[in-house]
Formats: sequence, C-alpha cells, structure tokens
Amino acid sequence: MISRTLRIRISFILGVISFLLLSASGLVLTFSKYNDIPTGIPHFLPHLAFIIFFLSLYVFYHYHLGRLKNANLQDLLWKVFVTGLIATILSLGLILFEFLFRNNRIGQNPLFINFIYFLNLGLILAFLLSTFVVWERFIFYQKSKRLVYSWKSFLYLLLLSLFLIFLQIGFGDPIFYIIIGMSFIISIYFSVNLKWVAYLNYKQKWKSILLFILVAIYLGYFIKRILDDSSDELELDLFDNITTLIIFIFVFVYAITSILVLLFNLPTSSVFEKKLEEIINFQRLSQSRNTGKNKEEVYEILLESAVSAVMADAAWLDIDQPGSLETKQLTYKIKKKDIPDVLDHIPKGKIKKLLSSDPVKNLRTNRYISSIRDYKYRSILVFPIYIQNDSLGTLNLLKEISDGFNDEMIDIIGTFINQASISIENFNLIDAAVENERYKKELNIAKTVQRNLLPAKLEQSDFYDIIGYSESADEVGGDYYDIFKINEDKTIIIIGDVSGKGTSAAFHMSQLKGIFHSLVQLQLSPKDFLIYANNALAKGLDKNSFITAAYYIIDRTKGSVVFSRAGHCPTLYYDHGKNSANYFYGIGLGLGIIRNNEFYRYVNIDKIEYNPKDILVLFTDGITEARNIKQEEFGYDRLKNIIVENAESSPNEIKEAIVKEMYSFCGTNALEDDSTLIIIKFKENKT
Amino acid sequence: MITIQTNKEEDFCIIKVSGDVDASSSIHLDNKIGEIIKIEKKILVDCNDLQYISSAGLGVFMSYIHEMEEGEIKMVLFGLGNNVKNVFHILGLDQLINMVESKEDAKNLVDAI
Repeated sequence: MISRTLRIRISFILGVISFLLLSASGLVLTFSKYNDIPTGIPHFLPHLAFIIFFLSLYVFYHYHLGRLKNANLQDLLWKVFVTGLIATILSLGLILFEFLFRNNRIGQNPLFINFIYFLNLGLILAFLLSTFVVWERFIFYQKSKRLVYSWKSFLYLLLLSLFLIFLQIGFGDPIFYIIIGMSFIISIYFSVNLKWVAYLNYKQKWKSILLFILVAIYLGYFIKRILDDSSDELELDLFDNITTLIIFIFVFVYAITSILVLLFNLPTSSVFEKKLEEIINFQRLSQSRNTGKNKEEVYEILLESAVSAVMADAAWLDIDQPGSLETKQLTYKIKKKDIPDVLDHIPKGKIKKLLSSDPVKNLRTNRYISSIRDYKYRSILVFPIYIQNDSLGTLNLLKEISDGFNDEMIDIIGTFINQASISIENFNLIDAAVENERYKKELNIAKTVQRNLLPAKLEQSDFYDIIGYSESADEVGGDYYDIFKINEDKTIIIIGDVSGKGTSAAFHMSQLKGIFHSLVQLQLSPKDFLIYANNALAKGLDKNSFITAAYYIIDRTKGSVVFSRAGHCPTLYYDHGKNSANYFYGIGLGLGIIRNNEFYRYVNIDKIEYNPKDILVLFTDGITEARNIKQEEFGYDRLKNIIVENAESSPNEIKEAIVKEMYSFCGTNALEDDSTLIIIKFKENKT
Repeated sequence: MITIQTNKEEDFCIIKVSGDVDASSSIHLDNKIGEIIKIEKKILVDCNDLQYISSAGLGVFMSYIHEMEEGEIKMVLFGLGNNVKNVFHILGLDQLINMVESKEDAKNLVDAI
C-alpha cells in the first residue's frame, strides 16, 4: 500500500505536471491556431491533462484533509474559508494584472488572455475541489451504509462525467440541462445530511453561518468570473464541462442549505446545549466514585448541576451530619444568614406538596414547591435527599420569578438527586467495606498475637503426661494457660480467663503472660504470686475488666500439687485410689476486682498429695458453661463423670472424650465462650 | 435478652433484672446501676428471673463495689438461682457483695449494715 504522505506527494506532483501540461498544450494550440502553424499536438491532450489535473486535485485534498482526522468541523470550515480567500485574492490579482495591460499589445494578445485564463482555472478548481472534499467530510459526520453507497455512486458518476469532456457538450444541449437538473436533485439529496449542525453550540453556529456566507460569496464571484471569461479568444473553454458544473452546483446548494439549517437551528440550540450539560452533569454525579472524588464533592456537583439545570438564581444544600442535629450548608449565591429569612417568607398555606413516587413516608421533609411572598426570591423548590429511609439532607432552589419551576425541571432535579444518593450510598458502602476489612485485619493480628501467647506445645515430664486444648469462640479469645519448669522436679502451671472477648481480652491476656513470666522465676507461693499479679493488674485493667486465674506448683520431691485460685473455675481432681473425682472450691477472688492491698484476705492455698494415675483437670468456664439450644449448661457434673468414666485413658483420649461430649451436647448451638482444657495424669510417685 | 425494671418500696430501690446478662446486654445493666447509685442509698437487686450472667455481667457489679463503699451505698442481691449464685461464688464476688434468699432478708440486711 502506498502511504498517505506518498499519495499526497504523488497527487501534488501529478497535479502540478498536469496543470503545466494543460497550460502549455493549450497555449501551443492557441499559438498554432493564430499563426496557422500545425503542431504535432493532438487536440485531446489538453483535455486529458485537464482530467488528470482534476483527479489529482481531488486525491490531493482527499488525503490532505483526511490527515486531519481529529480536526473539528469548525477548523475544516475555516480551511475552506482560507482557501477561498487566497483563491479570491489571487484571482483579483489576475484581474488587476489584466486591467493594467488591457490597452497594451500584450493585453490584447490571445496567448496572454489564455494564460490568465488557465491560472484562473487552476485557482477555481482548487477551491472547488477542496470545498467539495470538506463538504464530503460534513456529510459523513454520521455515516450510514446507505449514505456511503450513494456517495460512492455519486463519485463514480462524476468520474464518468469527466470523460464527457471529449464529447464537447456545452450550453444549449438538452442533455446539458438534464444533467444540471439531475445534479440539483442529487445535491439536495445529500444536503439533508446536516447532523453536525446539532452538535454546534450557539456561538459556533453563528460563526459557521458567517463562514458559509463567505464561501457562498466566493462561489458567486467565481461564477461571475467564469461567465466573464467566456470570450471568443479562448481556444479551450474548459469550464464549460459537466463535472465542474455538477460540483459547482453541489457545493453551492450544500452551502446554502447549511446556512438555512443553521439559521433555523439557532433558537433551539440553547435547549440542546442544556440537555447535553445535564447529561454531562449526570455522568459526573454517577462516576464520582471512580474519579477519586469524595462525598463533599458529590454534594458540590449536585448543587452545581441542579442550579444550572433549572437556572436557579440562588440555592443551598442542607447536609445532615450523622449523630448531630446540626446541618452543614453548601450555598450558591446566597448568604447563610439569609436562609432563615427566606424560609420565614414562605406562606404556610401556599406550600404545594409534590407527589413522590417513593413509598417512603414520614420523611423529615417532603419535596415541595412554594411561592415566596414579599422577598427578593419569588419561588422555591425543596427536595429531600435520602438513602432508603435515612435522610441525607435537603436541596433548596430559589428563583426570582414566581412559578419558576416547571414539571420538567422537577423531574430532572429528581433524577439528579437519585443519582447523587446512589453515589453517596456507594461511598458509604465502600467505606463500610473498607472499615470492615480493616477490623478483620486487626482481629487477624490480634488472633496471631493471642495464638503466640499460648505455648505451642506442652512439654512432657517423666512423672506426668500433659495435654492442652484451647478453642476460641470469637476471632480472638481471652483464655490463657502456660507452663514453666523450674527444674526436672518442679513444674508451674497457670490457667486464666480474661473477662470480655476480642482484641481487648487478648491485650489483657498478654499482660498476664508478662506477669507470669516475670514472677514465676521468683518461686513464689501460689498465693503470693496471685497477690503480686493482682497488684500489677490493678494498674492496667479497664474498670469493668478482671482476670480469673489459678496457679499450680507440681513438686515431685514433695509429691504434691500446691495451688491457689483467683476467681477461676475450681480444680477437678481425680483420685485413682478412691476412683472418684472432686472439685476444689477454695476461696478466691478474681484479679483486678479489688485494687488495693486487701486482696490477700480473699485467697487461700490448697494442697493435694498426688498418687500415680491421679488426674488433674484445669479448665475455663467455656467448658462448663457451654450451652445447648435449650439453654442448659454442660455443667460440672457432666465434666466430672467423663473423667471418672475415662480415668484409665491417656490425657489425650480424655481430652478427646470431653471435647466430643461437649460438642454433641451443644448440638447446633455455637460456642459462646472460649474453652480451654489442660489434663495432667501422674505417672509415678517418686520421692 | 434483658429487661430491667425499677421500683421503689419504702426507701428501697428495687432493680429487677430478668433474662440473660451477657457482653452486649450488660451495657444496659451498667447504665441503669450507674444512674441509680447517683440518687439511691439502699439498692436491692431482684435476681429471681436472672437466667444467666456472663463475666461481662459480673464486671458490672464488680465495677461499682468501690464506688458504693465510698458513697455509703448499700446493695444486696436476692433470689439468685443456683447457676447464677455459683458464678458469683467462683469468681469470689460473694465475698464482696451481699446475697440473700428473699426480698425481706435483703431489706433486713440493708438496714443492718
């Protein structure tokens, strides 16, 4: 394929060559005629050169203007105007030239007259064809298949007519008039394709009219020029051909219809512009989320769009502030202090409620329209903005004329409001989703922290087997247990439950862990540990929070378990010798309940001498208070029975039995609280 | 679900708590007690219809112990079911809060202390 630039160049060069050939052959023929010297030049040569010149011009302009793909119609029209202006000036220059030499011998010379004629011909054809190509673009502003086909046929007809030049059909021939008549019809057929007119604004229309008139004037001038030039001295009258004439007619008719249509479209152009603006505003409202705007800007766009849609003289927007009776006001051409004044001037009986298609009733304000008495503004339109049942605010539009709002305006405001509500709702939904996501992330962090607070694995000992189990009901639990081996013979275990759930519970749990790991190394008695822990926690816990805990020292050398409980669930102990299990309810008070040094009064120490196969069960209330659908609790007795029944099993099997039993008891009821279980089974009693 | 009703008998203010006191409903109880201890000196809490109390609910009672001591406000709980009583007992709150069987006992106890 030949590139566009190359086509332009080739057509340009071809145009220049053919023009030179045309002029030269024409002049030679004239010379030979006047001097009766036969030349070798055949008569068809200038005609052929003319056809080539004609086609080159068309191709040149077609591709040259086609290059300006993004040029708007105004620019193209301007180009036509400029081409016409240059052509006219040059043509006027030629007249002046002729005028200067008219009494001279040169002026009378047929060669000179012919030469001027050829230059004129070139100019006029260049202008005609450039205009033709631009009009072509105008017609194809909105293409249809039918239009493209009919235009192509028109072009082929023109091409065909170009060859009629050899037949020398001129003025006076009946065929000539038939062709002229037909070209008028064709021109009118194409002249209805003026869709571009609708897209011009008021100013552009005026400008276009002016340019079209000037183009029409050029055309008129050129017609006159051609008619004047038809003198007898001319050897070849190349204007006297059908193609030029058809194009002439077409260009002229299209210019005239354009002027008329533009004129008739002037009064309605403001309506069209308004509709276009409404659509643009509508888009701005609906796309605000994508374009990174915030809610504030949506309200601003709403106010702006509403004002321009109804041509309001003043307006304001009351925006409700969540959780407050105050409203925020956005104003347009009205001072905030004047707003109560305006409202005072609305006569009570004159408010006309507008029927709302929404079933929502009892809104704080309903949409209404009213006249205003004795004030600068004479009418007001009030529209509530709401998402579902929640009011977002109110839009108030004012006009200085009475009855300033028609039904169409009310409809368009309704549409704007709806779109703004949707945008605001989208903002809210996305904000909520983001918030939720953030909350989830925080919980995940807390969950990881909490998981890390619990020992990953309970270390076994050669005098007991131990197993732990912990399940949190919420994303983050408040149960805590830990183990610390002072030496091979002495193990310390803590179990605790922080009141409340979630992130704050996990936070308090980490405090407890810190306290445990600091104090455990001091080898305090269980009671002293709890007293110190209470003192430490008294400073750090919320007013309503407390922690229950139990602290156990298992000592192989003494064969005992010494423990204290601070409000924690009683210890369950299975005595293998007696084959019975019992709860140890020593007195005890939760940590953080008493925040002074009276705490020691409320704690006791218990002691158990253990034997092989005895079982120590530590748990949190999540186990015993697990409830089924009938709100019955799992309870202490069930737990005790499972231990007795499974006394010969390993700690892990006992744990499995308890968990299984607990879940089957709860059934479909979800766990409400965290549950933790530690089972220790003694192996031997070494001293 | 929780319902809290208050009424006056002589110079006693009786708060009747019914239903479950869990993490979410404990807020209502907290608000109510907070309100009442500002104006009343003799408070009886009727727990006959209290089905369940969670640690958050216990936290509410616990949080006012200090305040009541300072303001010389007397509070007695009565009519606690076994489950509920056990919960108070395990935490050790029964050592700090007075609990009796009946309303009459409660009135007598408030007057005695």
